[in-house]
Amino acid sequence: MMFVPGNNPGMMADAHIYGPDSIMLDLEDSVTMAEKDAARLLVYNALKSIDFGGTEMVVRINPLNTPYGKKDVEAVVKAGVDVIRMPKTETADEVRELEAEIVKVETELGCLGRTRIMAAIESALGIVNAYEIATASKRMMGIALGAEDYSANLKTQRTPGGAELLLARETIVVAARAAGIACFDTVYSNLDDMDTFRKEVELIKTLGFDGKSIINPRQIEVVNEVFAPSQKDIDKALRIIAAIKEAQAKGSGVIAVNGKMVDRPVVIRAERTVALAIASGILDKEEAL
Amino acid sequence: MEIKNAVAGTLESGDIMVQIAPGEGLQVELQSSVAAQFGRQIKAVITETLQGLGIDNASVKATDKGALDCTIRARVTAAAVRATGKDVWKD
Amino acid sequence: MRNSKVVTLEEAIVKSGLKDGMTISFHHHFRGGDKVVNLVVAKLAEMGFKDLHLAASSLSDVHAPLIDHIKAGVITKISTSGLRGELANEISHGLMKEPVVFRSHGGRGSAIASGELHIDVAFLGASSCDELGNASGCPRSENAKSICGSLGYALPDARYADHVVVLTDDLVAYPNVPKSISSCDVESVVVVDSVGDSSKISSGAIRDSKNPRDILLAKQAAKVIINSGYFKEGFSIQTGTGGASLAAVKYIRESMIEQGIHASFALGGITAHMVKLHEEGLIGRLIDVQSFDKVAAESIAHDQFHQEVSAVEYASADHVGSAVHALDIVILSALEVDVNFNVNVLVGSDGIIRGAIGGHPDTAEDSALSIIVCPLLRGRIPCVVPKVTTLITPGKGVDVVVTEYGIAVNPERPEIAERLKAAGLKVVDIHNLAAKARSIIGEPDALPFGDKVVGIVMDRHGKVLDEIHNIVD
Repeated sequence: MMFVPGNNPGMMADAHIYGPDSIMLDLEDSVTMAEKDAARLLVYNALKSIDFGGTEMVVRINPLNTPYGKKDVEAVVKAGVDVIRMPKTETADEVRELEAEIVKVETELGCLGRTRIMAAIESALGIVNAYEIATASKRMMGIALGAEDYSANLKTQRTPGGAELLLARETIVVAARAAGIACFDTVYSNLDDMDTFRKEVELIKTLGFDGKSIINPRQIEVVNEVFAPSQKDIDKALRIIAAIKEAQAKGSGVIAVNGKMVDRPVVIRAERTVALAIASGILDKEEAL
Repeated sequence: MEIKNAVAGTLESGDIMVQIAPGEGLQVELQSSVAAQFGRQIKAVITETLQGLGIDNASVKATDKGALDCTIRARVTAAAVRATGKDVWKD
Repeated sequence: MRNSKVVTLEEAIVKSGLKDGMTISFHHHFRGGDKVVNLVVAKLAEMGFKDLHLAASSLSDVHAPLIDHIKAGVITKISTSGLRGELANEISHGLMKEPVVFRSHGGRGSAIASGELHIDVAFLGASSCDELGNASGCPRSENAKSICGSLGYALPDARYADHVVVLTDDLVAYPNVPKSISSCDVESVVVVDSVGDSSKISSGAIRDSKNPRDILLAKQAAKVIINSGYFKEGFSIQTGTGGASLAAVKYIRESMIEQGIHASFALGGITAHMVKLHEEGLIGRLIDVQSFDKVAAESIAHDQFHQEVSAVEYASADHVGSAVHALDIVILSALEVDVNFNVNVLVGSDGIIRGAIGGHPDTAEDSALSIIVCPLLRGRIPCVVPKVTTLITPGKGVDVVVTEYGIAVNPERPEIAERLKAAGLKVVDIHNLAAKARSIIGEPDALPFGDKVVGIVMDRHGKVLDEIHNIVD
């Protein structure tokens, strides 16, 4: 998920050519107070007009308790955004409040249920409430860690090893998995230190995250490389999926590969491997189907 | 509709800076590196956007840095909102 | 010293026998820092010369003072590889009665060698020179001020001009060897304060582009090369100077190391990147017609396998022995590419001349694989178009076009398209790229060209390829 400042039209128009899985246009921290109105209009018009090549489009709105939050919701829902990212989420009620705002606009437009929600958790209270937040709405598609605010809130600071974030990261993964939604790690902002960035991506992959937030196209390749499954894993996953199809065609409930029964978790892992291989650009979508 | 001086947009690549001032009729002055090929279109987008917002009297100065039409619409609207105090989302 | 050829500029001009209507020539190795053209033409104007034909290997922003000399009738004809800045703008608007004749570097070399472009007096700037005229682009004293490395574009002038004047800002003791220009070809030596502004002659250290679009294009170009079928032991390569083609060298280097592949030579404008690969043993020889930066200029001064070549030896179509005939891979940039793979590197999308042909058509035609790297859009300006504004490099010589929206392969080279597809690269029809550009920016209006011909593009074989018309505001 690539962050793009919401008041920079040049960067917005270009973002999808680098092949991120999703693009997050930001109306919050990267936009000054004086430019909130202009950025909102820019994001609205961009979402309506630019062909982002099928990339999932996310907009980070301003908190609902600011003068901008509700206007942001109205604009981006009208523009047909895929996902609204709510910053600084601390409680499930805040998610439900956002949902109510979305419902209002969607009802007016006649497209009820179109917009999904991602909640960014950026405080100790948010981490404590992670599972409630993750399950606050059927629209919840994922939760994400916002580490800068979180570490400030903890009265510590970010370190290359990330020890200060360990509990938050694990909590978010566990909450997301329990809720059956996705989880995304925070950004790493030193563009010149690709080695530490790679280590961080390796760590969060091990922890179970689905993806990493990035601030520059140069970081995409590292994320894809780390998350990319090996060719051996892909081949195995493809065999399992072929076996499922064969079993379904025969009407058989039992799936077997090389004479061995395949358990449900194995099937799920195989599907995830194939999805990751496609996302990393190793496997062609048509090839997989 | 009453109009105050207002400006929106930047001079960064891919953007357009739009200045609106009171005027008689719609007057658009455009500076653009792509004026030869796109000047007519850019002016048309500016005029249409303003008329769509009910603004028929204004003097507009636009400095274009290769903005796409959707950016031009956004910047003209933002300048118009600031010039008139009229909130486009409520209309 | 006995027989010293050192004279003042005025004496040199008088001695040359230059008359109104004759052809004078210059090289562009001092690039944006050049002081020779303006200095000499100002002196010629002062001496009352008229109707001169100025034949430069290229002209740039710094040559805006020529506008006044054209208006005054001192210069009435220009031949060059390129034009930029205010001079280009004025000429595009119809400043000159006679159209400017544009030739590629190889084309100019051939035309000079064959006599088609006859030079009466060549005024050639040199970084060092002795009193008899042995001249070099390399520093030969502590006082060297303006270093440019190779003097490749000046060598045809030195050899074929009727009369040669070398201008230098560092007169050194005889013999100034190794030399680029031989004392046997030189009639006069003129010492001047400065032949060029060294800060504008070449950049210092390697500056890698951090522009993510350049990096994306560079990585794609490198993947094209690696999977093209031409990436094998002993291959040869040339790159342009755009950010993307420079960066491509970095990614090719990684694959050369990984796969244990070495290049036999790199050709053309030599950069610090190429010098680095050469010094690492990855490129055997550097064949240098123009040293693009300080690192390259230093290397050619000290490394016997970093060899200067003339424009003729580099890229002449008429000489079977010219180096482009042995070139495997070239990476080039473009202002525009059209759906027939024709390329324009000279005239901007506003109809105004803003570039140089350089070695583009020479290398594209003679290399085994030519790759054009350009973004689909520069702001709102499309780079893949239905038809180029001006034809510089005919599409038959262009094999692959790399953009951020996909890679197009010339239908004449189906085997390359197959290899790239097999490697998982996104190969698309060039018509789709042109359509994609249109879908983003809209349909541009036709440019307001007038009826006057302001430029003629010669192909490298001496035939007229295209005409450039004046632009009307």
